[in-house]
Amino acid sequence: MSGEHDEACASPREQVIYANMLLLGVWVGLFALLLTYTIYLTGLLPPEVPIAEIPQHWHKGVDEFLAVTGGSTGWSWAGRLNRGDFLNYVPFALLGLTSIVCYLVLLANYVQARNRIFSVMVALEILVLSVAASGILGGGGH
Amino acid sequence: MSAAFRLAWRRAAAAGLILVLASPAALGAAQESVADGGAAAPWWIWPPILFVFCFVLGVVAVLAGVGGGVLYVPLVGGFFPFHIDFVRGAGLMVALAGALAAGPGLLRRNLASLRLAMPVALVASTCAIFGAMLGLYLSALDPLLVQACLGFTITGIGVLLLLSKNTEKPVVSKQDAMSLAFGLSGAYFDVGMRERVEWKTHRTLLGLALFIVIGVLAGMFGLGAGWANVPVLNLVMGAPIKVSVATSKFLLSITDTSAAWIYMNRGCVIPLIAVPSIVGLMLGSLVGVRLLSVVKPRLIRRMVILVLFFAGLRAIDRGLSLGLLG
Repeated sequence: MSGEHDEACASPREQVIYANMLLLGVWVGLFALLLTYTIYLTGLLPPEVPIAEIPQHWHKGVDEFLAVTGGSTGWSWAGRLNRGDFLNYVPFALLGLTSIVCYLVLLANYVQARNRIFSVMVALEILVLSVAASGILGGGGH
Repeated sequence: MSAAFRLAWRRAAAAGLILVLASPAALGAAQESVADGGAAAPWWIWPPILFVFCFVLGVVAVLAGVGGGVLYVPLVGGFFPFHIDFVRGAGLMVALAGALAAGPGLLRRNLASLRLAMPVALVASTCAIFGAMLGLYLSALDPLLVQACLGFTITGIGVLLLLSKNTEKPVVSKQDAMSLAFGLSGAYFDVGMRERVEWKTHRTLLGLALFIVIGVLAGMFGLGAGWANVPVLNLVMGAPIKVSVATSKFLLSITDTSAAWIYMNRGCVIPLIAVPSIVGLMLGSLVGVRLLSVVKPRLIRRMVILVLFFAGLRAIDRGLSLGLLG
């Protein structure tokens, strides 16, 4: 393979930046996932809903399940991180926020490069993912 | 550990997988015993059961060339006592984690194209939100309705996998205006063929329109959507199969993010179910990649299609309360 081919086949700069950010987010998220789950299962932090109770209700629909267990909707878990079960939502949120952070970095790059089409596209994607993450659309009324 | 022992272990593992896949009835029987003990069984039995089950699913998914989510939702939904709301929530987290983990490597090797993914991701992730909300609304209305719709979708995916014939390097004679404006082209080095492959896309508008449907289905059923992404990118938009598969996998990290947030905010992600599923499927995928060299992927793929048909028909049976499949 010639040097010319090397260059043509190489990933664009913004793609490499995105990949590096993604990798960091994944590792942090997965490490946090294992850590918080261990804390949850070992009972190092007491859960809001006793673990033994969950299998008795998980055949119910989400509304009934939440009514019985008082589980978390929206971002309400963020205020109760001293509870082992709610602590598990930290890595879930990290995994869910990773793409948004990557897109923010991408937006800065495209704006700097004055690439209007992709700046708008990336800004719209950030908006869509942020609305989904905000809980405005699916958080329920709890 | 000798090479012979390693080979024997791999073959035994492969045989075990084939047995599991070849015997939906055995899976059904296992589910009956699990369901019987459902609430009575101690809680600590569930994480290891889910971990092992998802580990096997992860291996099989790689060997069959399908995403983990598309196997997870129908099989866990069909054979475990969890409500479909929680299965879909966990299924999306499983698909999201797998896609996030695969993304960096695929992007760095330039197999996944960020430029190709961005416009379709915008359409698919927006529609996945509506799909997720629609799925949760229908589920609240009547869970059996979602079961039936899921069953039809899974059966349809089985047909799609059975009939679709991907094209390794589609011929794209002329890029459309949108493809040119977005710069949807690139090049990668094919290690197997030892050649540089240049590609470009066409029919961008039709592709984007199809991603509306894909997004809605992905969000509605928590399936991930590689089964649909790849044919659209490859057969409709004209991306080479390797670029299509890699971009599809990366794409899921964005599409599933939006749908996963809707399910998580709604309270549909139970850590006790989701975490062992995510870890099991990811580790299983790693082992599956190593097993690829000793098993026949075509055989596994056929068995997976068989299992999808069974799981799909079972969901239809349950959704329509026919009672034909138990």
